Parts: sequence; structure tokens; C-alpha cells
Amino acid sequence: MGGGRNGGVAGAPGGGGDESERCLPGALQNLELALVGVAGGDDLGALVIVWGTPCGSRAGHRSLGCHHLPPSLPEQQHEVDKLYRIENKPAHSASDQLCFLVRPRIRSVKYVADIVNADKASGRTRKYKIIFSPQKFYTCEMVLEEEGIYGDVTWDEWSFYLLPLDDDIISMELPEFFRDYFLEGNQCWISTVAQALQLMSSLFGPFTRTYGIGRCAKMVHEVWREVAEESEGDSLGRKPEMGQVFLMDRGRGSGAHWAPGNAQDKVFNKIRNEHFSSVFGFLSQKARNLQAQYDRRRGMDIKQMKTFVSQELKGLKQEHRLLSLHIGACESIMKKKTKQDFQELLKTEHALLEGFAIRESIGFIEEHIDRQVSPTDSLRLLCLLSITENGLSPKDYRSLRTQYLQSYGPEHLLTFHNLKRIGLLTEQVSGETLTAVESKVSKAVTDRAAGKLSDAFSSLARKSNFRAVSKKLGLIPRVAGEYDLKVPQDMAYVFSGAYTPLSCKMVEQVLERRSWQGLEEAVRLLSGNEFAAAAPGTAAEENSWDSQRIILAVFLGGCTFSEISALRFLGKERGLRFVFLTTAITSSARLLEAMTESRA
Amino acid sequence: MNRMKVDEEEYWHSSKCKAFTFEDEDDELSQLKESKRAVNSLRDIVDDDDDLEKFSWSGEPVGSISWSIKETASANSTPEGSDLGPQKSSSSAASFPKQASSYSLSSFFKGRNKHGSFQSLSDALTDTGVKNYAPELRRPKAEYKDYNSVWSPKETVRRLQRGKVCPLERFHSLQEKLLLLDEAVAGHDGNVITAVLVFLKRTLKKEVLFRELEMRQVALRHFIHFLKETGDQKLLLDLLRFLDRMEEVALTQYRDHLTILDAEKRKEFLKGCIGLPFSSEDSALVQDHYTLLERQIIIEANDKHSEAAGQTEIFRKHPRKASILNMPLVTTLFYSCFYHYTEAEGTFSSPANLKKTFKIPDKQYVLTALAARAKLRAWHDVDALFTTKNWLGYTKKKAPIGFHRVVEILQRNNAPVQILQEYVHLVEDVETKLNLAMKYKCHDVVIDTYKDLKDRLQLMAYRCKVDRGSPAEVKIDSILSNPQIRWKN
Repeated sequence: MGGGRNGGVAGAPGGGGDESERCLPGALQNLELALVGVAGGDDLGALVIVWGTPCGSRAGHRSLGCHHLPPSLPEQQHEVDKLYRIENKPAHSASDQLCFLVRPRIRSVKYVADIVNADKASGRTRKYKIIFSPQKFYTCEMVLEEEGIYGDVTWDEWSFYLLPLDDDIISMELPEFFRDYFLEGNQCWISTVAQALQLMSSLFGPFTRTYGIGRCAKMVHEVWREVAEESEGDSLGRKPEMGQVFLMDRGRGSGAHWAPGNAQDKVFNKIRNEHFSSVFGFLSQKARNLQAQYDRRRGMDIKQMKTFVSQELKGLKQEHRLLSLHIGACESIMKKKTKQDFQELLKTEHALLEGFAIRESIGFIEEHIDRQVSPTDSLRLLCLLSITENGLSPKDYRSLRTQYLQSYGPEHLLTFHNLKRIGLLTEQVSGETLTAVESKVSKAVTDRAAGKLSDAFSSLARKSNFRAVSKKLGLIPRVAGEYDLKVPQDMAYVFSGAYTPLSCKMVEQVLERRSWQGLEEAVRLLSGNEFAAAAPGTAAEENSWDSQRIILAVFLGGCTFSEISALRFLGKERGLRFVFLTTAITSSARLLEAMTESRA
Repeated sequence: MNRMKVDEEEYWHSSKCKAFTFEDEDDELSQLKESKRAVNSLRDIVDDDDDLEKFSWSGEPVGSISWSIKETASANSTPEGSDLGPQKSSSSAASFPKQASSYSLSSFFKGRNKHGSFQSLSDALTDTGVKNYAPELRRPKAEYKDYNSVWSPKETVRRLQRGKVCPLERFHSLQEKLLLLDEAVAGHDGNVITAVLVFLKRTLKKEVLFRELEMRQVALRHFIHFLKETGDQKLLLDLLRFLDRMEEVALTQYRDHLTILDAEKRKEFLKGCIGLPFSSEDSALVQDHYTLLERQIIIEANDKHSEAAGQTEIFRKHPRKASILNMPLVTTLFYSCFYHYTEAEGTFSSPANLKKTFKIPDKQYVLTALAARAKLRAWHDVDALFTTKNWLGYTKKKAPIGFHRVVEILQRNNAPVQILQEYVHLVEDVETKLNLAMKYKCHDVVIDTYKDLKDRLQLMAYRCKVDRGSPAEVKIDSILSNPQIRWKN
């Protein structure tokens, strides 16, 4: 475990771009430190990884606790007998030392306890170490104590807060944030995110301005301020590298995050953010260039050939490999896209967003369900219908829900209740019933609960706001004639010109105004909780334009590739640079899977 | 995986949640003994990691600058501490939860060469009071006073937020306990809120706890989630009943069926669920769930038997790939249309019986039956599915779904062109019809459609696409030479 391993990567501050790379070495080294603790040296024994039992739900296994396992587990540095990936299966290992890399969840600790207790019962002695990532919760210790293995097991924390996924995307790898906070109301990850923010500001200097919207965002901000105050001296004298932060909840009716994601690696940086329709031209151009470069080798003499082989061939081969990869990916997306289904799906989604031909759309959704095609797509369409239409009429709700249960399984009764609770798929309540319920309930409860009640009702009302918000903020662009996807006009290009992601629009508007002023109406419709704060002690002249140009966009509950593409576009237009810090990369499918309850 | 669940359940049924302490025991002497015992008991397990003496956790030689900064955090590198660490002494363990965080920060700053800032940050996180990561035995005398000092609820919560050890036991009065809870909620940290709730759960009787939680929604949600995660079903149901959330009571119990794998037991469980306080709609759905599984069990038993006996042709020709148990209704209907299509309505396994029992809408029924019969290439059944007779005895094709959908399903099942074109012909929208006809080479449909449209140019163009001398070409020629058609072009 030499110290110089990470030397090269971490330096180069302010090198422009690749902000995310700075986060990685620390985190990795960190894991190694934790691992070393098992045996205190080279022989690690079996490293058993229990990773991916995030929620109490059975769905947990499918939606993976973490979609990116540590980029390079230190097998090379330590002799690890075996890596297990565990999904509730017992680990059979003859090793004398077991090491568990787990989320701080009660289920995970119980899993470990079962193994330890089974060993005890069979008279076996081993060493156990649990590494909690990113931190240990008090309940973990409680379980260890209750299970009678407190003292038999050592633990550590792998403070894995930031995982760079791309040169401008940093993931906190907390996919369970969404369900834990927005469905269950558990705030256990709030301070984790605050720690991550603090880490960011210690890496990149203080942020001069902070904007945010949403209850969760507000809490994160408060906790972070507290942490920051305690480590005041830390950023003293540091020049801010990232000027502004924007904190956003996933909690509101953020509408549609339903487009298929674009390509994702940085080699073909260009196609990543292009709309799909313009990718082909680019790829064929690229292929021709490549061919031409290969062709150059004809007619070369030996010396030229040698230079060619030593200097260019490797790069060309690499490019060649990537090109075939991308063409393959496009083919597979195209296959999906040209399917009649996909076209119809898209048409329905656009119709729902713009609010026309609702009956037809409902008919399509119904048939989609009846044909038992993709349960997630069906659910997504239902949610989209609910968000755009203020909930489903009781008749539609009943009939569509029954058919959904008949097609995909009766246990989805639970899924529908989850979706209702979180406000993604609701039944319309007529005004009359609402008041009736309200007065009935308010008679029954004390004053203390009244506040909470009015909250609940205003949130009922809030759900009906998609149209109003969309109109206020111009989420659905009015374009005369065809939307030319090859020359995108605005952020809506990520949805073929049909819709601008709400979060991105908000960022654009606030940055333009440098405050929430003038957005009061929209903010009110979104149930408020907006804030803006300037860092104390950072005088205006200190804030170079350079730092103001870089904006940290923080997504609580996950951000989608569409949102990333949209903000990248905005950045290009305005000469800004967005860096994304998200609890996880998500998609409508992942969000819905987190709400799904079904058999293991 | 089931094993674990059962274990969990047994566990939760057999034991009450027991002591949960964050703080040191009052009796320091016993604590010291405890620690010593733990250390000694582990000495033979942790034997000879002497190379650790040369290197600290961060890999830097001992004695370097950064080493001295992290010295306290690396107490583990001393021989007896290398692995057993402080965690061993049970009661003191809570004082180290942040140890890794300081490493993380240290490594970040090492990368940036910012030792200075690291120091201050780590100090903030680790606080002077609990710098000792070393076993209790070696805790400097002066620091003991921390454990005697009396923290206010606010201070206590702040310490918990920093992951520090902090006694909760001294909060005896209800008022203090609630103050503690309110402070925790104000701090927004779910980990701390839950920790305080666990303490309250242990020290308050449930009626009192429930009463107070009802007025504290944030804490309440944390508590409910905690009970869900620990699987403390009984207390959870008590709480939900106390809150009069009857629908959640029902759903919470119903959810448990997912953990029962044995079909017969699951069926019995679902039967018990029917009487739960669901809304009337939900109640009907749960009833359907029970009925469905009941039917599936009967069908499964019969078909398994028939298949094994080898007397039934359909099972011999198309052996079953999986059991029908716990499948959705539509899948069951498909199965029934596949294996039991001709059975009379009286039998449980007949499609007609399923349709009637579960009030399956026409659309859903037709789609499923079509898919099943097309898969078997039973084109006659497909035909019958859409054929209606009016009172004069004329037959007519009708479908509750668009015929373009019918075509799609038939095509997916490799229906021959003759069958396909019959349905392509029925597609209402002319443009869709032409597209489908061309895609699936239903020449007759294309030709007839152009003829109906009186589009001579398109027909002539299409002539180039069909095989030379084919019946299609002959047909086109005969139409083109028909003088009675008044072409539009």
C-alpha cells in the first residue's frame, strides 16, 4: 500500500474541466485503508461483498443498491481470495477472514449476523469486518448488539462520497435516496449529502452563491451550512473555483423524465449530447475519416510505416473499436425506435404533455397494459397521464389499475399505493369531496394536527399544477413549423422539442435573474421552499467571472441523462459550465422500479 | 433467501428489542474490565501483524508530518490494536464512528497538499473529546470528564450528529425525552432522529410514545420506516391502529404474502386478508387475488398430472415451460387459451370461466386469446374470434381492437400471407393499410387499394416491385387494361 499511487491524478488544480477526477483518488485510497484494517496487512482473506439490498422492498435486488461497484477494487494490492456479490445468498467461503462491504442498512447487518451466528453455532472462529459505505448508522450497531455479535465483528466506514462518472458528472452513489426520502420520509441521507457538499467545497473552494428549491434541498443546505461553519478555517483564503450551487429536489411533479438516454462516454463527446437524429451523419463521417487514415499507410515507406505503427495505429484501433461500439449501440436503439410500438409510445407521450387527444392516449395506455408489454413503460405512461391531468378520473383510475393488476400481477396493489403516496399517480378528488373530507377530518383532529392537514391538502392541490407551471415557465416551447433537431434551439431538444425539463428551466431562469424574483408564481405552484444565499465574507470583486461560470447542479433523488444533456446545452449557449452532483443517475424506469413491490 | 427471512421473523417474534446504548456504562470499572477482556480474548486471533508498525494506515512512514497529524486516528497500528480496534469494547464503540471520515478527508487533502486544512476539518469532525481511537484502556485520564459532563438535549443531538458517543440514558423525564426528539428533528439528520427514537422506544411505554409521535410527523415517519426495516410488524400494526390508519394496517399485513413461497400457505394467508379493512375497491382486488391463486392451484395440479400421464396431445406437443402458480391473470388466461381453449365454461381451467369470474374486458380477452391461438397457428380459431353473424346470417369481421394490432400479433407469430392479408385488408386507415400491406407483401391488398383509390400511377409503380409473371403482375395488368375504371391520373 504505497503512498504514491495516486500522485498523478490529484494535482493539477484549476486545469479547466475534469473537475470530477479530483474526487476519485481519495475515495479509493480510503477503501484500501478500510480494507487493510481487516487483517492489518497484505492477506485480506475473502472479501465478501454484500452490496445491493437497499430498501426493505423485494424490488431492491433488481434496482441494485449501487450501479457502479468501486471502479477498481484493490485486489491487485491485496490478496483477496474471492469477491462475492451477494443477493441474500449465504456466502460459502473457507477463508478465516470475512470482510463485508455493505450499505448501512438493517437488512445488511442482519445478513452478516446470520453468517456470524451460523459460524458460532458450528464452532467456527473467523475474523469479520464490516465496512459501511458511506457511513455507519446507529441502527447498525443496534442490530449487532441485538444479534449478540457486538464485539465479534469489527467495522469501519468507507466514506465514499463522490464517484466521478464523467468529466462533469459526480455521483454520490445513493440510489436509495429517492425511496428513503421521498416515499418513506427518512432523512438519513441528508447529512451524507451535506458532507459531500462540504467535501466539494473543500476541493474547489467556497461557493459564492447558493440557490435551491424544495424542502429536502433546504434541509441539506441548512445541515451543510452547519458543517461548513464548524470547518470555517478550512476554506479560508481559498479562491472559489465553482461559483454557484443549485440544489434541487426530485420530489415535485418534475414531469417527464422519460426519453431514452443518449450515448454516454466521452470519446465521442460530440454525439453524446446530440439528438439521436443527427448521430448517423456524424458516425458515417467519422467512419470515412477513419478509413482514410488507415488508407494512408499504403504507399508509406518503412520509416513512415514505423512511425505510423508506433504513434497512430494504437489510437486508430481504439477509435475503430469505439466506432463499432457506437454503431452497434445506434443499431440497437434504432431497432427499438423503428418498432411501431416505440413510435406510438412517443406519440402518446407528446400528446399527454401537450394535453390533446387525452381519450386516445388513455386508449393507447389501456392497450399497452392489456398486451403485457413493458410494465415500467405502462406505469410511466400512467404517471405521466396523472401528472399532466391532475390525477386520473376515478373511473379511469379504477379501470386502468384493475387492468394493470390483471396484466402484471395482483401484488402491484402495493405499487399503486406507493405511487399514490408519493403523488406520482393519483385519483382525482372532486372539489366537493375534498371539502367534505377536509371538514370531516378537521373536526376530528386537534389544532396541532391542523397544520399538517392543510399541508396535505395544499400538496393535493399542488399536484394539479403541471399545466399551470408548464405555462408559466414555458416548458413546452412554441415553435413555428418543424422543430429542427439537428440545430437545437433550446433545451427542449432533449425531448424532441416537446418539453424542457422543469429542473433545467428553473436553473436557467434563476441564473438569468440571479434570484428567484419574478418567479414567485411558479415557485408557489411548486409549493415553494426556495432559497438563495450568498456566502459570507466573499466580496463581490473576489468572484472572478471564471468561477461564476462554473455552476454545481445538485440533484437530490437523482438526475436523468436528459437533464444533463439539457444543462450542457444551456452551458454551451451561455458560456457556462455545469458540473453535476447527483445522488444517482436515474431514469423514469429506475424511479418507478424503486416504487414497485413485487416478488423477489 | 427465504431462510434469512424466516430467521428474521423468528427473531422478531421471539425477542423484544433489547438494550441499545450509545453511551458508556455508568460504571467505568466494569467498562474497563469489559474492554480488557475483549482485548485479551482477541489477542490470540490477532497475532503477528508487525509490519504495521512500520507503516501507518495511510501508507506513510511513521514519523512523517502527515503521520503525526493522524497519529490519534491510527492508534490501531499498535500491535494489539491493529484489528480488534476500539470497537471491541462494546460500550465504547460509539465513539469511533467517524474514524473513517477523517481518513477520507485526509486522503483528499493529501491529494491537494492541503494538510493544514485537513487538520482543521478533521478536528471539527473528531472533536477533542473523542480523539482517542485507542482502546478504552488507554484513554487519557483527562478525557473521562467528558462522560460525566451533562449535555443539554441540543448539545447531545449535535454530538450524535458528529457521530460521537453520547449518553441518552440520563434523559429520564418525558419532557427531556421530547426535547431531545424535537432537537433531533430540528437537526434534519435521519440517523440521529432514528437513534433517539430507538431510545424512546426502549424507555417509554408504547401508548405514550404513540401519543407523542402523532404530533410529530417527521419523527413518526422515521419511526414507521424503522419498524418496517426491522420487521417489527406487531408494533407497526399497533401504531397504525392507534393512528387509525386502517388502510395501511390492511396493506401492511397484505404485503406479507410476498414472503410466503408455498402456494397453499399463501392462498390461506390471502384468504385471511380478505377481511382486512381495505377500501371496498381494494378489497375486491384482494378477493380476486385469492380466487386467482385458488384456481391456479387447481389447474396446476390437474395439468401436472395430465402432463405426466402423457395422454393429452397438447401437453406432449407443447410441454409446459413453467408452473402457472402466482402468475398474473392475463398470463393465466393465455395459458388457459393455449391448453384449455375448447373446454366448457363449467371447468375452472376454461378461458370462458376465467373471463366470467374475473370480468375480463373484451379487449383484454381478445388480445390474449389471439396471441395464444396464433402461437399455436390455429388460424381457424383466430378467424372465429373475429367473426360475427348478424340476424340475417351474414358474417362480418369485428374486433374490439384495431385490426392493425391483429396484424401485428399474427405477423409476430409468422402467420402465412393468406391469413395476414385478410386482416390487413380490414385495417381502416388507408395509409396504415397500404404500409402494412407493402411491408408484409400482401400484394392483393395493395393492388385492390390502389384500384379503389383509382391511382393508376401508383399501381404502375407497384407493378415493377412484384415478381415477373407472378399472379400479382397478371392481376395488375388485368386491372390496368380494364377500360371501365375511371382513373384519377
